Amino acid sequence: MISFTVNGRPAAVAVPDAKPLLDTLRDDLGLTGAKECCGKGECGSCTVLMDGEPVCACLVFTAQARGVEIITVEGIGGGPEQLDPIQAAFVAEGAAQCGYCTPGFIVAARALLDKNPHPTAAEIRRGLAGNLCRCTGYQKILQAVAKAAEGRAD
Amino acid sequence: MRIELKINGRRFTPEVAPQETLLTVLRREGFYSVKHGCDTGECGACTVLINGKPTTTCNLLAMQVAGAAVETVEGLEESGELHPLQERFAQTAAVQCGFCTPAMIMAAKALLDENPTPTEAEVRRALSSTICRCTGYKQPVEAVLRAAADLRGESAGAGAEPQPEGVTPAEGTGAGGGAPSHDPAAVLTRTPLKVVGKSVRKVDNNKLVTGRPAFTDDIEHRGMLHARLLLSPHAHALIKRIDASKARALPGVHAVLTHQDIPRVSFTTAGQTWPEPSPYDTRSLDNKVRFVGDRVAAVAAETPEIAEEALRLIEVEYELLPAIFDPEEALKPGAPIIHDEPDCTGIGGYDATKNIAAEIHAQVGNVEQGLAEADIVIQRTYKVPQVQQTPIETHICITRLDENNRLEVRTSTQVPFHVRRIIAPVLGLRPSQIRVIKPRIGGGFGVKQEILIEDIAGHLTLKTRRPVKLELTREEEFRASRSRHPQILRMRTGVKRDGTLTAHEMVVVANTGGYGSHALTVQSNTGSKAMALYNCPNIRFDCKTAYTNLPPAGAFRGYGGPQGFFAVECHLDEVANAVGMDPLAFRLKNCLKTGDIHPLAAALGEGREGFEQRIESCGLPECAEFGKTEIKWDDMHVPSGLTKRRGLGVAFAMHGTAIPGVDMGAASIKMNDDGSFNLLVGATDLGTGSDTIMAQLAAEVLGIKPEEVLVYSSDTDMTPFDTGAYASSTTYISGGAVVRAAEDVAGQIQAVAGAMLDVPADDLELRDGRVYANDGSSVTLSEVALRSLHQHDQHQIAAIASKMSYDSPPPFAATFADVEVDVETGEVQVKKLVMSVDAGRIVNPALALGQIEGGMTQALGYAVSEEMVYDEKGLMVNPNFRDYRVFLADEMPEIVAHLVETADPFGPYGVKAVAEIPMDGVAPAVANAIYAATGVRMYEIPLTPERVWKALHQKE
Repeated sequence: MISFTVNGRPAAVAVPDAKPLLDTLRDDLGLTGAKECCGKGECGSCTVLMDGEPVCACLVFTAQARGVEIITVEGIGGGPEQLDPIQAAFVAEGAAQCGYCTPGFIVAARALLDKNPHPTAAEIRRGLAGNLCRCTGYQKILQAVAKAAEGRAD
Repeated sequence: MRIELKINGRRFTPEVAPQETLLTVLRREGFYSVKHGCDTGECGACTVLINGKPTTTCNLLAMQVAGAAVETVEGLEESGELHPLQERFAQTAAVQCGFCTPAMIMAAKALLDENPTPTEAEVRRALSSTICRCTGYKQPVEAVLRAAADLRGESAGAGAEPQPEGVTPAEGTGAGGGAPSHDPAAVLTRTPLKVVGKSVRKVDNNKLVTGRPAFTDDIEHRGMLHARLLLSPHAHALIKRIDASKARALPGVHAVLTHQDIPRVSFTTAGQTWPEPSPYDTRSLDNKVRFVGDRVAAVAAETPEIAEEALRLIEVEYELLPAIFDPEEALKPGAPIIHDEPDCTGIGGYDATKNIAAEIHAQVGNVEQGLAEADIVIQRTYKVPQVQQTPIETHICITRLDENNRLEVRTSTQVPFHVRRIIAPVLGLRPSQIRVIKPRIGGGFGVKQEILIEDIAGHLTLKTRRPVKLELTREEEFRASRSRHPQILRMRTGVKRDGTLTAHEMVVVANTGGYGSHALTVQSNTGSKAMALYNCPNIRFDCKTAYTNLPPAGAFRGYGGPQGFFAVECHLDEVANAVGMDPLAFRLKNCLKTGDIHPLAAALGEGREGFEQRIESCGLPECAEFGKTEIKWDDMHVPSGLTKRRGLGVAFAMHGTAIPGVDMGAASIKMNDDGSFNLLVGATDLGTGSDTIMAQLAAEVLGIKPEEVLVYSSDTDMTPFDTGAYASSTTYISGGAVVRAAEDVAGQIQAVAGAMLDVPADDLELRDGRVYANDGSSVTLSEVALRSLHQHDQHQIAAIASKMSYDSPPPFAATFADVEVDVETGEVQVKKLVMSVDAGRIVNPALALGQIEGGMTQALGYAVSEEMVYDEKGLMVNPNFRDYRVFLADEMPEIVAHLVETADPFGPYGVKAVAEIPMDGVAPAVANAIYAATGVRMYEIPLTPERVWKALHQKE
């Protein structure tokens, strides 16, 4: 058994140590927000937080998560009716097109704002540099994160 | 612990808990063909072969069979080929709902493995381990005998689909002699039909004989919770105090709901058209219980065991109220009031302060005057029992919030659109926030025209945000679902010496139990069907339906007809006897004929004003002629022993085809690239075969094979509206919509093909998957589709159409029974039952005969064995299949079902209904046969040995 916490709740899974954390989250724990897109840590679609640090879950062995606190997109905000400010800003700005990379961006943005609540535009760009988006051209994503950082509700 | 099982030849090592049944473990491993039907090994739906022997798995611990070889129906297919048993079941209506089919096939396989040349009796004995509530066993037995021959290599032309005998074709079809002559106004289409009228293979049979996951329960959701209901142990009580804190504290419990936790919203569980004529007298959970089995609380937990444990931890303090079970007592002043809450409302004479759930008065002519004119007046009282539908699949639903946060309700229902509309206000949602999906249904017979569990599962999902499964056990189904209204029927009939009726009166007191589901409309149907079959200038029907503290009644196939026809058909037998006429001749003299006006249709609607109906087709004379010959009415029938007496009885019946002015069905059809079509209907196939009927009707219009029609039913997000599968409406109403949509699509195809062939569209004919011009040139439907979708003036060939009707052309039936009575024991043995039905044009004879055979079998249970029995506190004492006796394969008499085709002008191709009428005539035919055998009239059913013995001895 490998034990850790996910989104504030204890979890214990009986999986091989080398199983990618992404697969464990999706297959064994039903948390399908994080996506597999490249399997090589290049696209950021599988971003989750381990003890507050954004990581690509496809590159982490499940055994590495032992005792760690993991946050996935499902643990950000309180569900569809209580969105996190970043999620609300993504909706308001139209920052999601196909939506496949969106969870990774939101998790990465959350990590950024947790560490640096008032980032500059350049800092936002750097903070999201690990995530690929093929739809939006990033403009609306960057606007959304800036908006969330400013605490604008509109 | 981990055990090893060899399942269908493959090794499995499932982890099992000590208390887990083999049924649970097999389903968890993905063998969904193994069904839950009763929990006690009585229904047989969970039968598999264990080391070659048929064994029920619901009452067997998985650990008991560690190491065993298990065979399920999933293992029978070989490289995609059906096993001969599967093939033979799939060819005919041996499969109706399909819920018990895998078990029947496995029981048959065990038999044929040991005995390749079984007799019919041996097949029946083998199949008697499985209860089938749909078929009447005739077609399954024939399927097994055919498969046995196939396996022996004896079948000439094996695989040729058998066409059933037993249809006298309609005039104008050119299909045979002896066709009855009918009103020329009732014209059938004269074009020879290619698909309508053929016993084509059911479109869904292959998935059912192979046990594919098709039913509500055959799905998995991650994190799904298991719900259980706390049911009242008292017939009438106030909940003084209810404390769920201990239950909520139990680890693994995610929600406990009592009446304190949810808004109080009155509704009716009756799945009827808005505004429902049934009273709004029900709350999801209430502070009062009105029958033993009424809902007190609901739990959702991680396992069924935890949910069960949580139920025990809910503390309830009841204040017991006086309970009342007799409907006549309930109507007396001073009786305890069952619905004394202010927030219940109803129509149709509804008066909760007097325990009146519905009151009906209808009269044509003047009955008192008619009685005065009579030479003889006969007055008798009849009693009919409370019986239950008992589909082998109990009520089950699975709710969850989808990714859009909408409530998805996957439920075994006959009325998906009514479910959505009725539960919405109860859950505080709009209908658009709910999606109801009807998967395959394991039988319904009316009990799934009831919204019984969807509200509770919905509340639990909204509370926990998790998927929730709520499935009734068989015992809960008996105690807490619905049933046929018991009635006391007082008949008074005046007759002239020549057999002419002068007055005909029925006064009914019905018992709806604790809630008034269908209380008005079932009873109005008792009058509008049973009291309308015979011409009489003076007819009266009065009825009061009383609330009592019995479990509620509701919709049950026949819907008031079986009650009414038992009284009328027994009574008129006695009237015929009193004027010295042959009971058959008396009926034929007085019954409705083509061209007559339905005497009560205008006076008795279903909760609304009725509409006058002219009888455009009536095949009763031909039905009677067939039955008379088949039962050998004029011959002497010799009893088999000194204490035995033998006699023949007859009963006529008439039913309706849909509710006029109320029922509506819609269908949409779209064309695909390859010339196939998606047909989406809201109609709900509950095992009757309606998906196949819809495919046949569309195929007939479009000139294609039924397998080119992909039928999808039903899903409130996907399919157009339909009132649902009840009131014998589907072929007539929903089928009518399919034909209209198909005609529209055919016109669009002709337009495209006309441009391709450069001929006027009107000159084109659709047949054999092509569109033909007069000169013989043609294009395929696929070419039409590819052009219209991809090449030129691109558009989707598609149409949607609706059908409703102010006409409800009645089907008719004549039922004959050959019965032997043991005068020492009172045992009644039905030797043979014959039922000949005029159901208009028959779309699929095998399916129609299957409806009749299955209906006769349920009706035979009503006649002789089925009854819900209670103790003095209102507790049902026989809530299982051991004590509530449904007929088994080896207990069946010889049954002969027959169809007389008539030509009716209203339905598509002249169809009328067939589903409910078989319920009506069996009980009175058997009772009349007992009279013929013994000279003793029976006024109450079921005709158990005890009741018959008492009647025989009363005479002496």
